[in-house]
Amino acid sequence: MKRALIAGLAACLVIVTGCGEQSQVTVYEQGQYQGKPDTRAWDNAQFKNDRAAWENAIKSRNSGQNEYSRVAGN
Amino acid sequence: MARMKFLCDAERCIECNGCVTACKQEHEVPWGVNRRRVVTLNDGLPGEKSISVACMHCSDAPCMAVCPVDCFYKTAEGVVLHDKDLCIGCGYCFYACPFGAPQFPQDGAFGLRGKMDKCTFCAGGPEPDNSAAEFKKYGRNRLAEGKLPACAEMCSTKALLGGDGDVVADIYRNRVLKRGKGSEVWGWGTAYGKPEKGAAPPAGAKS
Repeated sequence: MKRALIAGLAACLVIVTGCGEQSQVTVYEQGQYQGKPDTRAWDNAQFKNDRAAWENAIKSRNSGQNEYSRVAGN
Repeated sequence: MARMKFLCDAERCIECNGCVTACKQEHEVPWGVNRRRVVTLNDGLPGEKSISVACMHCSDAPCMAVCPVDCFYKTAEGVVLHDKDLCIGCGYCFYACPFGAPQFPQDGAFGLRGKMDKCTFCAGGPEPDNSAAEFKKYGRNRLAEGKLPACAEMCSTKALLGGDGDVVADIYRNRVLKRGKGSEVWGWGTAYGKPEKGAAPPAGAKS
């Protein structure tokens, strides 16, 4: 009798195993990112982690877009 | 340094498609994918206006919020990038983007939708800077070379400005004051009107 009860309970557990459902969707959380890390723009062989040098290079390029300052007489 | 932004001056854009060509050439973008395109309103009518459109790298980017696999991140300079190894090509980001920036290459014999491709502000992606893997997946990383996006730097009329948001805004303000008209910047409010939000890559060497 006891053995049959245990077998019955075990059978019930096996039957309901497939009823559980885990969420398969990643929940977006601010500040979280699932992918690979990326290096910073100045963290490479050219700028050798010198942020100031990189910012100067970008600033120089940026000012080149202003033709009022680039072209003399304007 | 402030965050990176794009600005297109509709008073100056002459619809030459130089920006589109520069982008295509710089990153060897495949057929069917246009990271940048020129849109013309009232085409052929007097007073028609053109504007160059691509990913604007929004302050509160909707693509980041809707991605089911959370593959987007934002660099310290405010550039919105994504990890193609994670992307499943579902297309949610395309529906969410107000600029229609995400592109999906046809992949395989049955025209399956491939992994999403978009403008990277010429900042590559989560691969070693200027590596072959980075170029293949995301294109050239000009930012890591101390250069600005090819589209903006190639623009012949300087209608398209890209770079540090404060500097770009200063250039445009000065320009509007000199010519006395055309102070509207299309898409600027949509892209940068909301407070800055973003998923930063994990701590360490991430950006």
